[in-house]
Amino acid sequence: MQILDWVRFGIGLTFLILGVLVMIVQVFGIFRFKYVLNRMHSAAMGDTAGIGLCILGLAIFAGFSFVTLKLFLVVAFLWCASPVSSHLISKLEMTINPDFEKECEIEESAEEEIKKENEKLSEKKGEV
Amino acid sequence: MSRRISNEENEQRFSVRAKRFISGEQRKYREEEEIRVPLEYVPDEEKNKKNKEDMENMLSKAYDLDENRSLRFFRHFYRIAALLCCIMLVAILLIEVSYLPPVGSANKPTNNEVTQKYIEDGLTDTGGINIVGGMILNYRAFDTFGETNVLYIATCCVMILLLVEDKPMRKLLKMDDRSFEPKSDIILQKIAMFLVPIVFMFGLYVMFNGHLGPGGGFAGGSMIGAGLILYVSAYGTKKTQRFFNEKIYTIIKVASLCIYGVLMIYFFYTGANGLDNHIPLGTPGHIFSAGLILPINILVGLEVACTMYAFYALFRRGDI
Repeated sequence: MQILDWVRFGIGLTFLILGVLVMIVQVFGIFRFKYVLNRMHSAAMGDTAGIGLCILGLAIFAGFSFVTLKLFLVVAFLWCASPVSSHLISKLEMTINPDFEKECEIEESAEEEIKKENEKLSEKKGEV
Repeated sequence: MSRRISNEENEQRFSVRAKRFISGEQRKYREEEEIRVPLEYVPDEEKNKKNKEDMENMLSKAYDLDENRSLRFFRHFYRIAALLCCIMLVAILLIEVSYLPPVGSANKPTNNEVTQKYIEDGLTDTGGINIVGGMILNYRAFDTFGETNVLYIATCCVMILLLVEDKPMRKLLKMDDRSFEPKSDIILQKIAMFLVPIVFMFGLYVMFNGHLGPGGGFAGGSMIGAGLILYVSAYGTKKTQRFFNEKIYTIIKVASLCIYGVLMIYFFYTGANGLDNHIPLGTPGHIFSAGLILPINILVGLEVACTMYAFYALFRRGDI
């Protein structure tokens, strides 16, 4: 039985260390990247993969009980909430930044849509 | 092939729109989702001129030190008095510090018998398994009552400063809701539809289990407040005001504080640490146990939820 305990400890530790490594990469990304969308990408990485791996490691340590269920609820909550916040940030960036084309490549079909949208925005600005 | 309705009407039909939406030709919510660009700031020159004149008048007439002798005397006196007050405060604090026991001595106030009393008699006195909950809501209930009052007063002050009471201005703010928030974002709405009930449920769970496990009114209330904020940012103010408007906010906030006060009066009148009151403690471990801790947790949770939501709404719009 002691060998099984050691195996469990090893698996949990590897998951925990992987999660912490992802979080370290996330922190580097947030401080080294210069543009909002790149930063958002690295921040979302820690919110999903980092937290998920860490909590999986902790759940393996603790064994399966009511506390583990709560931990997985935390992961489910973050996996629902984090992509949505990233989506909102990127949309805000796209609508507010006038020099959006300089920062990243846009497909041709999307470019037309953005142009239409900008026209609509300027019309609305005139109305107000 | 002849068609009875015109081309425009045909495009408005649900089946045609649904076909287009499925084939990806048109994004259905595209037109409603953008944020309105705020207007550019144009300085009002006449107003600026008037403000400048007022400022100069004030400086030359009220604050001119050469003419106003009483003001001059007051300024000198103020400086000397402030210096004296500071020196006295420093002296009092230094004298007090010199009387404190040295670090690690056995006679320190933190090493007294209170800790032992809480741990040993906490369960029998309060009936709550969570000793911290029993401590802050039973032994030190008066302290928690003060904290709840602080929350109430804080929201009152923010309301005095930020609430827009002018009725036409208020109407304008409601009309212009879109410039403050990206409304009707379909992804956010779907996720909020899924997450808000879970957040509310978990907040209620934490609030009702304050005497059985970690948690309590403050934690659960802040969760419910966060759920309300998520709902507002997803669905806008109009839909939130269907179930949480200013009237309901006022009723909940005042009623919970008043009921809390009445409970506290009863609690202290019947015996300061609650030993002689007539509320049964129940069997420890059940939901309906631990005497007054459960209702007080609920009241504190309502208060905290209202405070969180009111801060958010007032700082964003100036209206609840």
